[in-house]
Parts: sequence; structure tokens; C-alpha cells
Amino acid sequence: MWFKKASNFFVGLPTFVWLLIFYALPVLIVFLLTFKPVDSAGGIGAGWTLSTLCELGNPNYPLIIWRTFWLGIVATAVCIAVAIPISYCLSRMSSQLRNVFLMLIIVPFWTNFLIRIYAWRVFLHSDGVFKHLLVLIGLADESTVLLYNQWAVLTVMIYTYIPFAVLPIYAVAEKFDFSLLDAAKDLGASSFYGFRKVFFPGIAKGVWTAVMVVLIPAFGAYLIPDLVGGPTSELVGDKIAQRVFNDRNLPHASALSALLMMAVFLPLIGTVWIRKLKSRKANAEVADA
Amino acid sequence: MEILRFENITKRYGDNTVLDNVTLSIGAGEVFSLLGPSGCGKTTLLRICGGFERPDSGRVILDGVDITDLPPNRREVRTVFQNYALFPHMSVWENVAFGLKTAGMDAKRIAEAVPRYLDLVQLAGFEDRKPGQLSGGQRQRVAIARALINRPKVLLLDEPLAALDLKLRQRMLIELDALHDDVGITFLFVTHDQQEAMSISDHIAVLRGGHVEQIGTPPELYEAPKTSFVAAFIGDTNFFPGTVRRVEGDYCDLEIEDFPTLRLYNDKKIREGGSVHISIRPEKFMISLDKPGNIKPNTNLLQGKVEDVVYLGAHTRYWVRVNDWRVAVVKQHYGYALDERRITWGDDVWLRFEADNAYMLDRYAEADENLLLLPDTEEEAPTPPDASEAATASTAEGATASTVSGTTP
Repeated sequence: MWFKKASNFFVGLPTFVWLLIFYALPVLIVFLLTFKPVDSAGGIGAGWTLSTLCELGNPNYPLIIWRTFWLGIVATAVCIAVAIPISYCLSRMSSQLRNVFLMLIIVPFWTNFLIRIYAWRVFLHSDGVFKHLLVLIGLADESTVLLYNQWAVLTVMIYTYIPFAVLPIYAVAEKFDFSLLDAAKDLGASSFYGFRKVFFPGIAKGVWTAVMVVLIPAFGAYLIPDLVGGPTSELVGDKIAQRVFNDRNLPHASALSALLMMAVFLPLIGTVWIRKLKSRKANAEVADA
Repeated sequence: MEILRFENITKRYGDNTVLDNVTLSIGAGEVFSLLGPSGCGKTTLLRICGGFERPDSGRVILDGVDITDLPPNRREVRTVFQNYALFPHMSVWENVAFGLKTAGMDAKRIAEAVPRYLDLVQLAGFEDRKPGQLSGGQRQRVAIARALINRPKVLLLDEPLAALDLKLRQRMLIELDALHDDVGITFLFVTHDQQEAMSISDHIAVLRGGHVEQIGTPPELYEAPKTSFVAAFIGDTNFFPGTVRRVEGDYCDLEIEDFPTLRLYNDKKIREGGSVHISIRPEKFMISLDKPGNIKPNTNLLQGKVEDVVYLGAHTRYWVRVNDWRVAVVKQHYGYALDERRITWGDDVWLRFEADNAYMLDRYAEADENLLLLPDTEEEAPTPPDASEAATASTAEGATASTVSGTTP
């Protein structure tokens, strides 16, 4: 028994050490740097201060933070909304066809991320194909600028993150028992009602994973707004990069990073906690019965 | 009164004809079974009724209305699926209430109806459980309550007992029967298990290879099978081919190759010289060690040697060699079997059966012999004909212990 426990411990140890050194520790450092002053050489000063936190009250920031949140949330929502029907179709396909479509989703990943964003720059450029097409069908005029605004950022974000949403949802949908949808129909449900009440709860776990997998990088997005966005579509990620590379103000960058992390962590912890309470309550009721 | 009718249903998957011009009429309030081996099309027919498959041709008429083109959610039938298909994220209560919610019933009336149906299937107190926290039998009851709550015109049951173990299956069968008496809804029951079908049904349609082999009440199918398939699929039997000789009123003599001539009731009114296959159920033979006295007219008496014995408690199965034939025989143990001199391997025995207890088949196929419990196989070790005759002659007056020891393998 002790042997089994010991071997379990040793098997898990490397992962644990890895996470501690390369994950928990850096996060802690980032949080601590928030409370450090900056020195004139761009390093970390001695002592502790709350002044960095006060600087977050800078009137520019609320707008940027708000923009980061709503772009991230909208991008996530669109990705999920597109990924669910894709996953549904994928998991009902014949396995040959399914493999082809999975490849089509995954293959773009083999192309460098930067190259794909540059491709979007060409595509959306004022002399690009898409712009001319829009002008041709009368949806835009010559002066329209498609690039360097938040719509361009949103479009490219959605494009980039859709596979991240599809894969976890598909993984769950593939195991879904589709005879349940037959049962729902048999019981008088319309296709949409069955989809909403039976299929969606069945893949909820995958949807949650997809939300996390898309929302976190979307909040921290830096390259996309940097390359296809403009000064009016800066995100927190840009600001962090500017503080690090331009101003050499690490505490300030840390404070912004900490803010983003909290924005993701707090709701996450909150939902986990609520779920735990719920399941404990359900178990208690079953035990009573 | 007819509630459901299948009219000339044909369904093909590519070149494979799953249902071939099937016509069935199901009476209101009865339990109607579709019985057949796997691949006979019974589940496809059920799915056509539920609306999950479309027939290539033919109509489905429910209570006088053609429902062939209606989607599943607009048919007044409900299905109990083979795997039950309970919604795993919903509680028992929510599962049962689902059909009422889709029907747009208000919450107050749902709250009244659900407990009634949970009571009906004896699941009161399980409202908050999830399907994962239930046993197989309980899950099945949830599926039944969920299907019954909309009071469908027909309840479709797709092998509902297949996932349960033997004892539970027998209990659920009795419960289903009682439930049917309670609710009075027509049950269309799909099964491959002839005992299930026999014990619960008012009528059974035996399906095979996409067509209806025979429709009848359970005793009709058992006692008067039209084809060798029905005879062999439902219960066990013996087949004999023969030629009719000497017709006397309702009776005739049947000449069978390498077998004693049998006197039979000529229910097919076959003329002299006509040939026919007959089926004789194993329990129609009376087996005894002593030559039975007091033989009534129109009774056949055969002599043979026991080759195989399977003791099953309530009864014993024997396979008796009569000339070149192996005859399956069942003996019911009326007395205290330990006190009896039991018939065993190698015993010379007498078989008696009355002329009325055989049945002439409309159709016979040799392949159906494979459905019998112990097919009469060709590679049986041949015994020299005079040796077996001599043995029969020497012990013809009755068995003694010495005949047991004299058995040749």
C-alpha cells in the first residue's frame, strides 16, 4: 500500500515541480512586482508601494480594459456559437468525411501564426481583394478602411480561435449518445428544443473548456491588435507590451497582467465553487431519499 | 378495433431489403409482439412506426390517420428505447416531465401528473436521482413512465428487457403485463426472445428476413406453426418428412423413410401419395421404460434407445434414437424424481404419442433444422444396423440395470 502511494507520489512529482517552478512561482512574482516601485534605470526599486495600482486609474485605462473585455467576450461567444454546430456536424459525419474536415480545421495551424495574420492584412488591406469585393457589390465605398480598427481585431481573433473552440467541443460531442435526440423527438420535442435541452447540456463540459481556452488568450491578445489594430483598438496586451518594451516599467506591466489574471481567475473560481455547492446539495438530497 | 396498421411496408438499404411488403394490423389495447431473429427487420418496422425511418413504400395508419410522413415529434406514439435513452443530465422527475413540457402543459398540471406516473412504475421517492444513480430495472421504469405520461395511442417497446439479467427480466415482464392492464394502452413489443413474446403477447407476428412468417396468438403459433421456421424458432420440435398412405376419415398413415409409419390427424386433407413435413413437439411424446398398456386407437408406439439426457429440474430432455432418427422428447417430472427409476443413457424406451398431436407444415426448409436445440447432425457415429436391432429386441420387455452398463458410446 505504502509502495503504491509512494510510487504515485514520485510519478506526479516532476509535473508538480514543473508547475511550481515555471507556473506558480512566476505568477507569484508578477503579483509581487505590482507592489514594487520602478527605478530610473528601468529595474525594480527597493521597498514596497501602492503607487502602481493608483496609476491604473489613468483615464486611458478603463476604456482599454473595457475594450479588451468586450472584444474577448464577443470573440469567445462567436467562436462557441460557430463551434457547436460544427462539432455537431462533425460527430454525425461518417468517419472518413470527418477525418477530412478535422484535417481542414487543423492544417492551418501548420502555418505560422504571424504569416496567417499578415495574410489577413493583405486580405483586408485598402487595395485588397475583400475591400474591392465590398465596393463592387456596393457595401463599401473607396474610402472605407477595413484594417486598423477593432472590427479587424475582432475578425482576426475569431478566425484564430475558432479551432481552439471546435476541438474541445468536438471531443465531447463525439461521445454524445445521439439516440437521446431521437428520444427527445419521440417525446414531442422539435429539433431545436432537443438540441437546446438535450444536446447542449450533453456537451456543456466541452463548451466550458472551449470558453476557457478561447477567453484566456483573447484577453491577453497582443500580436493581433498590434498587427491589424490601430491606436483606437489598443488592448491591455498592447499596453503590457508597451510598458515592458518602451517604458521599461515592469511593475506597471505586472499590475496590468495581474488585473487580466484576476479577471479570468475570479469568475472561474466562482463557478467551480457554485458547482461544488450544487453537487453537494444534490448528493445530500439523494442521501436523504 | 384496429389502432395501428402497417400497409405493404417495404424498406431497403442499398441492395439489402430489410422489410418486404409487410402488412400488419394491431388491435387497440392489445400487446402485439414482433418476434424474430436479429436482422429480421423487426426493429426497422418499429423505427418506421416511431418516425425515425421512412419506408420506401407503404403506409403507416394510426387510428385511421396516415402518419407515414409525420416527423417523430408529431406522432401519438412513444418509444421505450433498448438502451432507455434517459437524459443523463436530468433528474428522474425532469425525465418523466419532458414529454409534458414539450406538449406545452402548464407547470401545475405537470406537477400533478408526474407523481402519478412515478407511482405507477413504483418509483415514488426517486424524483431527484439522476439516471446514473439508478439500477437497470429502475432506469427501464423511468423510460416507461416517461413514454406513458403523454398517454400515447401506441407504446413501442424496443427489446426493453434485453439489458436486464434473467431474474429481473422475468419480474419486469410480469410488471409490464400488469402495467398494460392498468393503462390499457396498446403495446407494440419487439423482441428476439420467444419466451418473452409468448408470455406477454395477445398476438405475435413472427418475422424473418423482412417478411411476416406467421401471425397468431401464442398457442396458435406453438401448436399450429405454418412453417418449419416458426415451429423451430418457437420452442423445440421434431421434423419428419413423409408420404401419405391410407387415408381413413380424418386420419391417415404417414410413411417416413427409415422410421415406423405414423398414424396422424390429416388436418391438411392430403390425399394418398402426397408428401408433407410434420412437426411433433418433444413434450407430445410420452417416454416410458415399460411398454405402455391400454393403447387407445390412433396412438403411435415407437421403440428407441436414449442417446442424450439433459436434466432440467422440472423436466428432462431426452434424445432418443429410433431407427435412423433422433427424436427430441421432454418428460415432465410429476412425481418425486429421486424415488423414480430415472430413464438414462442407453436405456431402451417406449415412445407413445397420439395422432392428433402432430402438425402438418405448409412449408419446410432444411436450414431451419439448425434452429433446433440439438440438430440431427450427419457426423453421428453410425452403429451397425443389426447390432442396434438385436439390442432393441433383447431388452424390448423392459429396462433393467444391465442395459445401462451395456451402453455403447
